[in-house]
Amino acid sequence: MAKYLLLKHYRGAPAAVNDVPMDKWTPEEISAHIQYMNDFADRLRETGEFVDGQALAPEGTFVRYDGEGRPPVTDGPFAETKDLIAGWMMIDVDTYDRALELAGELSAAPGAGGKPIHEWLELRPFLTEPPTITE
Amino acid sequence: MDGVLLRSLTPDVLAILVRRGADFAAAEDAVQDALVEALRVWPDDPPRDPKAWLITVAWRRFLDATRADTARRHREDRADEEPAPGPASEVDDTLQLYFLCAHQSLTPSSAVALTLRAVGGLTTRQIAQAYLVPEATMAQRISRAKRTVSGVRFDRPGDVATVLRVLYLVFNEGYSGDIDVAAEAIRLTRRLAAAIDHPEVAGLLALMLLHHARRAARTSADGGLIPLAEQDRGRWDTTLIAEGVEILQTALARDRLGEYQAQAAIAALHADAPAAEETDWVQIVEWYDELVRLTDNPVVRLNRAVAVGEADGPRAGLAALAPLDDSLPRHTAVAAYLHERDGDLATAARLYAEAAHKAPNIAERDHLTRQAARLNTRRKG
Repeated sequence: MAKYLLLKHYRGAPAAVNDVPMDKWTPEEISAHIQYMNDFADRLRETGEFVDGQALAPEGTFVRYDGEGRPPVTDGPFAETKDLIAGWMMIDVDTYDRALELAGELSAAPGAGGKPIHEWLELRPFLTEPPTITE
Repeated sequence: MDGVLLRSLTPDVLAILVRRGADFAAAEDAVQDALVEALRVWPDDPPRDPKAWLITVAWRRFLDATRADTARRHREDRADEEPAPGPASEVDDTLQLYFLCAHQSLTPSSAVALTLRAVGGLTTRQIAQAYLVPEATMAQRISRAKRTVSGVRFDRPGDVATVLRVLYLVFNEGYSGDIDVAAEAIRLTRRLAAAIDHPEVAGLLALMLLHHARRAARTSADGGLIPLAEQDRGRWDTTLIAEGVEILQTALARDRLGEYQAQAAIAALHADAPAAEETDWVQIVEWYDELVRLTDNPVVRLNRAVAVGEADGPRAGLAALAPLDDSLPRHTAVAAYLHERDGDLATAARLYAEAAHKAPNIAERDHLTRQAARLNTRRKG
């Protein structure tokens, strides 16, 4: 078993094939999209491959330590930051191929015109605990 | 097995252990152990007297834990010979538990967790599931909370306002898992209302009942939000509404207005309207004026702007909105709505999309995106 993170980007991924912002879809197309996403997660729960899924607000803040006795410095959000994560799904699957298959399925979620978005999702393997048997 | 019955016995059992001389933290642990044991044993072997069973098992657990602690050997000997509980009133004991669990030295999340466990009788696992944190995290939060209040004397009266704030949080915060946390909040508030005669406790209970009555109508089959104006009012629970209105009227008659009674009055006016168009917005604005006077809360002023928009037209609503800080949560969504009512669909669509961008939860984000999409589709077509 191996855990993977499926990352969805607000910004930073290559443009999708069917690249229309959601507020320019019809309300029915939005409903169909949400239904597809929910069904996808439900299927993974049934197969025992779902671990977690969360959505993030689009705007965050950069924070850093600013020395003893001083409050942390905050900055941003930066419009020029290339990458912006929208949310993730964590899956636990048997093979890399299965992870690819699932990411492909998620990317086929319907968008404008009811057609697949072909959105680029990022697939990242988790670094794991070391195995017990090493030789 | 009846989980609600089991939970309803929790504060009594805990109070009895404390009255027998156990300190709060140890007694609470023992009661929690007994609850977990009951969940395991009762389905196959239900007790004749559930409360007596819980007291016996919890007391034994408390003694076992005390015995295990060699440094407390002396106290254990005394505790073992402790007589049966005295005649002190159970109602007062329960009330003290509410005060303790909502004590002002606790952070809101700690007070919520401790209340749900010690008064509500939920297990740590159930509370962890409700708030989507690991069980170990919730266990740690609860044990820290107990340490924080361990120095508070159990017999000192507390502040009702802090208890109400915690119960309001329990009711209003979103949750997940198998336990209906909102229903649990109502159960705990009912019990508080039975133990203490206070118009704001009644006001909060009425507020909860009136909002709970709309629950079935509030979400669509696919989980989407349905705003008040579009809800199928036939799906509102008229029994809960009738109860909420009656409790509220009795409270208002005492002429000691507070923020929960005023909020409940607004909910009651909505419940009273057979259709959205028949809502008495003028009276609702008056109640918002009362709320502003009582709390001077900017979120109340924002909601008031919506009511003014309905009572006196969208231009008046926009004027009421103008002096408010546009970084307030939902400010953009309110502006979008008022501009739509005013006929400026282009501005409304742009603001709905912007409001979706700022939405604090997925249900609201999806709802606001749909609103933008609806207007954009209409403008195209």
